[in-house]
Amino acid sequence: MKKEWPVWEVFIRSKAGLDHRHAGSIHATDARMAIENARDVYTRRQEGVSIWVVPSKEIVASDPDQSGELFEPAVDKIYRHPTFYDLPDELKHM
Amino acid sequence: MQLNTEDLEREFQAKIDSGRSIEPKDWMPEKYRKTHIRQISQHAHSEIVGMLPEGNWITRAPSLKRKVTLLAKVQDEGGHGLYLYSAAETLGITRDELYEQLHSGKAKYSSIFNYPAVTWADMGAVGWLVDGAAIMNQVMLTRTSFGPYARAMVRICKEESFHQRQGFEIMLTLCQGTEVQKRMAQDALNRWWWPSLMMFGPKDEESTHTEQAMKWRIKLKTNDELRQQFVDQTIPQIKILGLEVPDKDLKWNESRGSYDFGAINWEEFWNVVAGNGPCNKERLEARKSAFENGAWVRDAAMAYAEKKEALKEAV
Amino acid sequence: MNTKLYEYILLLADNPLILGHRLSELCGHGPSLETDIALTNISLDLFGQVRNYFQYAAQVQGLGKSEDDIAFLRYEHEYRNVIMVEQANKDFAWVIARQFFFDAYHKPLLEQLAGSNDAQLSAIAHKSLKEVQYHHHFSSEWVKRLGDGTEESHTRMQDAINHFWPYMGELFEETALEKEMKENGTGADLVAIKPVFKSFTNEIMAEAGITVPSSEWSHSGGKKGTHSEHLGFILTELQYMQRAYPNMTW
Repeated sequence: MKKEWPVWEVFIRSKAGLDHRHAGSIHATDARMAIENARDVYTRRQEGVSIWVVPSKEIVASDPDQSGELFEPAVDKIYRHPTFYDLPDELKHM
Repeated sequence: MQLNTEDLEREFQAKIDSGRSIEPKDWMPEKYRKTHIRQISQHAHSEIVGMLPEGNWITRAPSLKRKVTLLAKVQDEGGHGLYLYSAAETLGITRDELYEQLHSGKAKYSSIFNYPAVTWADMGAVGWLVDGAAIMNQVMLTRTSFGPYARAMVRICKEESFHQRQGFEIMLTLCQGTEVQKRMAQDALNRWWWPSLMMFGPKDEESTHTEQAMKWRIKLKTNDELRQQFVDQTIPQIKILGLEVPDKDLKWNESRGSYDFGAINWEEFWNVVAGNGPCNKERLEARKSAFENGAWVRDAAMAYAEKKEALKEAV
Repeated sequence: MNTKLYEYILLLADNPLILGHRLSELCGHGPSLETDIALTNISLDLFGQVRNYFQYAAQVQGLGKSEDDIAFLRYEHEYRNVIMVEQANKDFAWVIARQFFFDAYHKPLLEQLAGSNDAQLSAIAHKSLKEVQYHHHFSSEWVKRLGDGTEESHTRMQDAINHFWPYMGELFEETALEKEMKENGTGADLVAIKPVFKSFTNEIMAEAGITVPSSEWSHSGGKKGTHSEHLGFILTELQYMQRAYPNMTW
């Protein structure tokens, strides 16, 4: 046995106007085959109108051990959310 | 702050207990990783070995409509195997390594697929009973603790919903057909009923992993609970078909609100697990030969892509 | 009934029927899971086309028959597929060579049929064309991968091309019926398809480093109902249920 086909992450736009979302992964030898394999595997039920593929090894992920310093500081910034502001009920459309 | 293993494990368990998911890059006990590789790959192997008994009827399907639905269903199983292998790969093992475990007999797959599919009615019985039993387990696993496994299960459950229906429809058509067709349907039910009950695994008191599996949310119900649920759900369906349940001890138990059913032949179960089922050897051989005969194809595609990449870099 | 139109539909539909059957044998046995799934998609596309054709043929025939009667209940000599599509799945290179040649023919064929003056045939061709464009691309990419991959894959690909080469002529052999259908605006012009086929296949084979065989001789007979020994075995499986349990609903 020689080299396994590299793993690719597949992102699919399910319909026009929506974001691409991670669908899963596939094996393929190159980008072109990756798109086709993703099409054959992940869009058999009209799940997509557009596909992105990225070699899995190129994905840079945040470190779960750092999740405290990365994400917790946002927890108390409640003034970034619209519900933080107390406005009279008569005020519409804001 | 450096946490010691004990603290990490406590934190890890607390995370699971609070219903949060474990993701591949999160810290996890080695045993959790190993158990998941084993279970997810066993599940993946079951999908691709499961393609074989039904696959052998594609070319003989009795109508074009049945042919395309069966073909699509068997193909879906391949897809499900693929999703599951992908989930296992996030734990740091490659698909080829997992195949190697299957081919060497180190890894197991669901024993049900070691039974032969001998008539067209088996396509009905397998879809209806075997997929029906599998779905119960899979629906439960959409809430399992390991994120990639749970997400693969969500996708699989969505796709599987047609499988059981097409199986039942095949049975229904047979049962509304000629005498010969009804007999074919009854015969298939007779052969697949007990192995389907065995699919849920050994009795709770003999199931060694249950406690740990429940703690990690790999299992949310015990084997016996799921088996009972399956029986209770399936008996009314058998009645709709107008077939007989091949169990003379089956009886409605008013106080439990469930069916009591006869004793399962566990000796048969353990024999099939041990490799003595009617088709164990053929199934494994078929998988091995697909893999081995495909090696030159996979190597060629890889070599071609590397050549093209080298050319691109040279420019 | 319009016998000629009926017969012409069989000429169009029996190729995807038998090729779809051959591909369906591979489901669960492909060289990789991804490739297995891709080949099954092609098989499903072809069976979908077959159903459209046969539903139409049953309507043209007007005898109250179904797509299944036409698919399953004819004798060997009544099938109109070319001998090429009956050839076995000896290895993946054979599967690809068979697909490559068929797709290279099928795509321009459907492009022509899309302009047919028969509205139904034109509609089927339009719908099928999108699928076949993908097949066409899929199989030619694999010819390149195998032809220019490893030494072993090159040898196998060349062997497969050599094997299928003398079956190609039949695709372009114009029967009297095809000639008539072409002339009345219903059917495709095989004479016009041939150069499209030739230039495309030559280009891909050159890119794949495959030596194009020089022989011009070709097997034929399938379109007239004289088949290879393979067809009998294919029908044995294809027709098994319908023959063993006649007149039943499935």
